[in-house]
Amino acid sequence: MCLAIPGRIVEFLPAASHLAVVEVGKVRRKVNIDLLREDGLAIDDWVLIHVGFAMSKIGVAEAEEQMRLLAMLGEDKQAMEELEGYRFG
Amino acid sequence: MKFVDEFRDPKLIRQAAQEIRRLANPDRHYRLMEVCGGHTHAIYRFALQDVLPPNIELVHGPGCPVCVLPMGRVDDGLSLARDHGVILAAFGDMMRVPGRTGSPLEHKARGADIRMVYSPLDALKLARENPDREVVFFAIGFETTAPSTALTLRAARQLGVRNFSVFCNHVTIIPAIRAILDSPDMRVEAFIGPGHVSTVIGCRAYEFICRDYGKPLVTSGFEPLDVLQSIVMILRQLEEGCARVENQYARVVPWEGNLPALRAMAEVFELRPFFEWRGLGFISQSALRIRDDYADWDAERRFSMPGVRVTDPKAAQCGEVLKGVLKPHQCKLFGRECTPEHPIGALMVSSEGACAAYYNYAMRKSDAVAV
Amino acid sequence: MQPPIRFHDAQIEMAHGAGGKATRRLIEGLIAPVLGGPLLDSLGDAAFLELGGARLAVTADSFVVRPLRFPGGSIGDLAVNGTVNDLAVAGAKPVALLVTLILEAGLSTEALEIELRAVAAAARQAGVSVVGGDTKVVEHGEADGMYITTAGIGIADIRVQCAAASVRPGDRIMLSGPIGDHGITILLARGELDLEADLCSDTRSVYPMIERLVERVGGGIRWMRDPTRGGVASALNELAADTRLGIVLWEDRIPVRDEVRGACELLGLEPLHIANEGQFLAVLAPEHADAAIDAVRSVRGGEGAVIIGEVREQPARTVLAASAYGGSRVVDMLVGDPLPRIC
Repeated sequence: MCLAIPGRIVEFLPAASHLAVVEVGKVRRKVNIDLLREDGLAIDDWVLIHVGFAMSKIGVAEAEEQMRLLAMLGEDKQAMEELEGYRFG
Repeated sequence: MKFVDEFRDPKLIRQAAQEIRRLANPDRHYRLMEVCGGHTHAIYRFALQDVLPPNIELVHGPGCPVCVLPMGRVDDGLSLARDHGVILAAFGDMMRVPGRTGSPLEHKARGADIRMVYSPLDALKLARENPDREVVFFAIGFETTAPSTALTLRAARQLGVRNFSVFCNHVTIIPAIRAILDSPDMRVEAFIGPGHVSTVIGCRAYEFICRDYGKPLVTSGFEPLDVLQSIVMILRQLEEGCARVENQYARVVPWEGNLPALRAMAEVFELRPFFEWRGLGFISQSALRIRDDYADWDAERRFSMPGVRVTDPKAAQCGEVLKGVLKPHQCKLFGRECTPEHPIGALMVSSEGACAAYYNYAMRKSDAVAV
Repeated sequence: MQPPIRFHDAQIEMAHGAGGKATRRLIEGLIAPVLGGPLLDSLGDAAFLELGGARLAVTADSFVVRPLRFPGGSIGDLAVNGTVNDLAVAGAKPVALLVTLILEAGLSTEALEIELRAVAAAARQAGVSVVGGDTKVVEHGEADGMYITTAGIGIADIRVQCAAASVRPGDRIMLSGPIGDHGITILLARGELDLEADLCSDTRSVYPMIERLVERVGGGIRWMRDPTRGGVASALNELAADTRLGIVLWEDRIPVRDEVRGACELLGLEPLHIANEGQFLAVLAPEHADAAIDAVRSVRGGEGAVIIGEVREQPARTVLAASAYGGSRVVDMLVGDPLPRIC
């Protein structure tokens, strides 16, 4: 129900503390970062953007953990195939 | 694109799909509801049903703000541009939604000053650039979008922008989920939870679904691997026979939500006693209105609008599709009277609407050969 | 007997000019039935006339764009290249242009001169002569600065026999380079969305690429089109409708620049629906596909040419995009203008 997309913070605007420039696939837009004041944002942080507002800081560790879990789905299968291979081999 | 491409990795998608096939009990039929229209869109855009086993049925839920907006509210918004001569600023999503006398785009073609904006802040900017005109922002959306309207209203007050107001149509998702759970037609075993709404409201708000109704909910991201991983997590819960709220989208969704966003909403909005949802009828405490403190920026208090309830064409079965009782193509009007070019129901308008998604991405595939 | 008028919309909307479904309905439902004759019936980009033994291609196109100038070009460039490209994809060598200007009172002479110079430069680049035209001025407020209509004349290349009717299952679909550059550049240049990117319109003549392609595999070209308004999706849907065949695109092979992708992801747009002004699509007999790609890639600006899909018997009249993981979705024509969305 809400289109939101990850973007990387490339600049904080000194004149307007509630704005940052965020890059999405080489497209830049000023977004409002008021909702993430408490997150201590820094350059190169990734945020989720919706209607010109940063809604959430993207957790790199959580993303890596997710990728690890996803990769494991395959490893489990590979491991099982190997096991089965031994069994039938 | 980081945080996008890795979650569209074809090899991992095939692996996740295989895991789903392994987990799904072939003797069982699974009905999983994706609450959010963004998921509906992703499921069709990425053709995820193609990689799922046939006994996993994805049922499309009510989380599409354009789809659930009753036609009378569209007419009210359009009356502002037509009868009061305001600049009506709306998201692109609204532009093709039919009112009784045509869509915003059609009104624009007849001369109404309707502008498309990407952000509510752009509407405020329009007001500052046109001090001699009234500018009304046609606000729609669930809790993801409502904080941005709240911050925009706050900015309007701080800056003293008097020619700006908001026609508030923000709705809240929890009462709609409850309405579906309480519906006698309810035949859903688990929920794929709305990821972006959860960035604001967090995950705790869903606990009643597990506790009171015994259904699992997994808050999910919108990339193909997010949706597939959520299905894996749901199937594991169903296999274990438990019902918990789990957060698949932890990279984006904090369990507690976004407190500054919730505070901004509470400052600017209050719950309406009841609000009409297209297809679902009146649901109590399911929508937001602007608090007295911000009355000067509330279009509903500043302008008179017709406020006429418009009943949908009898033959249109939007409600049944919204509740997941019917598939889009089972509606009598689907693809005949009702098409994306000539939509009758809003489900055919929004690209998140189940009917438009089905029409655009999946119809005609039935006679497709394997590719 | 005149075919029936099937266009019943009460008024003209912007969508009727957007190059998608509504445009096709207007042309097929009202314009062709009223004006139609045997030459109009094929609804190609250009018409062919036999005159004194020579086979001429004629076409016309109007250009309305806001802003008049944008990164990579201006309305003057578009007015030349758009018409030149319509001739080129019809299999004709562009020769001459007629240029009609509709100017809004109040337009600065400087702006006009800049556009005239753009027309002249683009014509020189494309190897066509401006041989005539007309100028009209309308009241201030009745046009966006200026509109340009160009009519083009070309000489049919006898080595090319393009027609939807010759397209066969198994044929390959070639695209000359990355999509969406023009449409996204214009969207950003309007400034309403506050987006910035280092992106340029792709406006250019595609004739040099097509010339080389024809030299190498002339008879192997079945159909060509420049995917302007409505994008690749609309052009290929027209092909699918005209041939009653299916088209399968391999989604991961469709070239899209990061800037275009970023804007599309951000705004919820489909790159396949975005306008191009310097690309072309060609349907090729499969045995000529490799040579065709080599030919186009050997021309400057054609390095990005790729095969993006193929023609199939089924699903009839439909364009599918197939993913690398085994799913496929229908890619429909654009409905109306591409609108940014937040849901």
